[in-house]
Amino acid sequence: MSDRVLTPETLLPRDEPVRLIAPDGTAEADQHYPMPDLAHLRDAYRALVEGRRINDQASALVRQGRLAVYPSSHGQEACQVAASLVLGERDWLFPTYRDSVAVIGRGVNPADAMVLLAGDWHSGYDPTEHRVAPQATPLATQLLHAVGFAQAAKYRGEDTVVLALCGDGATSEGDFHEALNFAAVFAIPVVFFVQNNEFAISVPLSRQSAAPSLAHKAVGYGIPGQRVDGNDVAAVLSVLGDAVDRARAGEGPSLIEAHTYRMQAHTNADDDTRYRERAEVQAWIERDPLTRIRAYLTAHDALDTATEDRIAADAERIAADLRAALNADTDLDPEDLFRFVTTDRTPQLDEQWQMLRDEIARGAASDAVSPTGGSR
Amino acid sequence: MTIAHDDIRLDAGAPTTQTMTMAAALNLALADAIRDDPAVVVFGEDVGALGGVFRITDGLTERFGEERCFDTPLAESGIVGTAVGMAMNGMRPVVEMQFDAFALPAFEQVVSHVAKLGNRTRGAVRLPMVIRMPSGGGIGGVEHHCDSSEAYYAHTPGLTVVAPSTPQDAYSMLRAAIASPDPVIFIEPKKLYWTKGEVDTSQVAHLGTARIAREGTDVTVLAYAAMVPVALEAAEIAASEGRSVQVIDVRSLSPFDDQLVTAAVRATGRAVVVAEAPGYVSVAGEIQARVFERCFEYLEAPVRRVTGFDTPFAPPKLEHFYLPDADRILDAIDSLHWDDDEETR
Repeated sequence: MSDRVLTPETLLPRDEPVRLIAPDGTAEADQHYPMPDLAHLRDAYRALVEGRRINDQASALVRQGRLAVYPSSHGQEACQVAASLVLGERDWLFPTYRDSVAVIGRGVNPADAMVLLAGDWHSGYDPTEHRVAPQATPLATQLLHAVGFAQAAKYRGEDTVVLALCGDGATSEGDFHEALNFAAVFAIPVVFFVQNNEFAISVPLSRQSAAPSLAHKAVGYGIPGQRVDGNDVAAVLSVLGDAVDRARAGEGPSLIEAHTYRMQAHTNADDDTRYRERAEVQAWIERDPLTRIRAYLTAHDALDTATEDRIAADAERIAADLRAALNADTDLDPEDLFRFVTTDRTPQLDEQWQMLRDEIARGAASDAVSPTGGSR
Repeated sequence: MTIAHDDIRLDAGAPTTQTMTMAAALNLALADAIRDDPAVVVFGEDVGALGGVFRITDGLTERFGEERCFDTPLAESGIVGTAVGMAMNGMRPVVEMQFDAFALPAFEQVVSHVAKLGNRTRGAVRLPMVIRMPSGGGIGGVEHHCDSSEAYYAHTPGLTVVAPSTPQDAYSMLRAAIASPDPVIFIEPKKLYWTKGEVDTSQVAHLGTARIAREGTDVTVLAYAAMVPVALEAAEIAASEGRSVQVIDVRSLSPFDDQLVTAAVRATGRAVVVAEAPGYVSVAGEIQARVFERCFEYLEAPVRRVTGFDTPFAPPKLEHFYLPDADRILDAIDSLHWDDDEETR
């Protein structure tokens, strides 16, 4: 453990979120959190552009009926990108359903990240391949998995850090409390990263918590909390990076709250005009994470038109690949329903698969007899 | 935090059979599992210095250290949820829910994650974890200490649910549960913790199988957990009255051993299912339905159930009215349309 003094004062977050780049692109020096270098920020910008393109392509695929649903992180891409960029090779990410861009940032193929939302299966990637847990739908439940996962790594003497994502709504869940408490008590190398996007579907933050900020909750667990401007990718990289470094150094968990905004509805099934004013949405659009970092990089001669064009073209190619993958009909095998329930299939599931197989065979036979298929 | 592998030694050559209580058998199974596999960790509420409220983890922290057996914050969802993460990352956690009714805060973790993660990841991630669940009544416990919640778990696809009734099975089945690549809900009948029996530590259990606890030819009684000794008592009384009662210890509630049970009931032609949980939408009801479906042409009488009442578990001074006893089982057996029974002709 470090010689960090645990007093409420050292655990409390700042009154204002940490910010390194103002909305107009000008730098704001910070005593504690250094500005990432330009090369690093250009990588982040590329990832932001790609993430935005993936978000908007996936939303379009919902409208075209190729995805059942897509909870977009449009507007939160700075958080998504930073979450994947701050982790090392051996680290793990525990994401939620809204974190597809972060999942893709870890190397998961975009089409594989969409399998859950396309309805082909409940998860489309092997978690061990890219060190990304399956995207969790029940709120805050994955935070405990993250703690246990990191605890196992610590037990074996590995220096793995686990980054656990959740939203503002999830901080009201009991599992959020239990996860932070367990992590604190056992000094587990986990970083809890809350993307406070102001809404849990329709319910505003004021109905989730009366705390001064969500990051203030950390002091109750005896761990440091910090707030960061979630639309400033430089700040998110710096603050999250610091928390990851401390976790790796054996200084235990921390809670980071990013102040961001869900610029679109919860999903395509939601109508956000019922619960928020357009002016509020518009104000946040003007704080778009992309324009901010672009202005900063341009002002520092770190982004020219040719680079921008190349990044945009690459993002288009990713979107085109995603479209192609999701427009192709997938070959689904009904036996998969029975294949993975347990390692060895039970006799009961054998019987049930036999029944379904016979049913399918009879259907195929009757289709063959009656090509119109309408006789049943 | 790393562990010294030198500490792990096999007691090769030691005698493998001794007489002990079920509690001691469970304790021995945990100790042997910790000794044999550095991935096994035991945790929960009061499992450390105290050794568990039923002393099932007695001495484990002392012998193996805090890394292998430790107390957690008092939070059941946290216990099960962190066990999920550990199991995802190469450990074999064995967690204790202090009492069955106290496991309910962890229900979401059990149903949404423990049971489903292997399926969700197409088998890429398996969860080799055991949730030990002191269960059932018969110990004079006050409210919320004597529930029978096995049906919730047995109803959930992806969970293996087992319930031993002897010290031997307690040992062998817990070793098998810990060795299983999949999550196991391990139901421990509290009432039987202090019953003694022989335990051969070289005996291996195969989860998913039932066990013939007593041979018999006239009627098959299907029971599990604390109801097995009650069924055996009924069989003993019936034998003195000239009726040969076969007792099957179901012991694996999910998956269910249809093969053994079907063959047994077809042979006797009569069956009674005994469980202490409420009968409505229960494991007993499921067993009854399965026996009917598979044995109908062989049955001489309807399959009967003897279960707890459809009431919340009884307070201590009334639990003897609630819990099935040998008389209730014998009454059910008597009603199975015997040829010498004038009333049912």
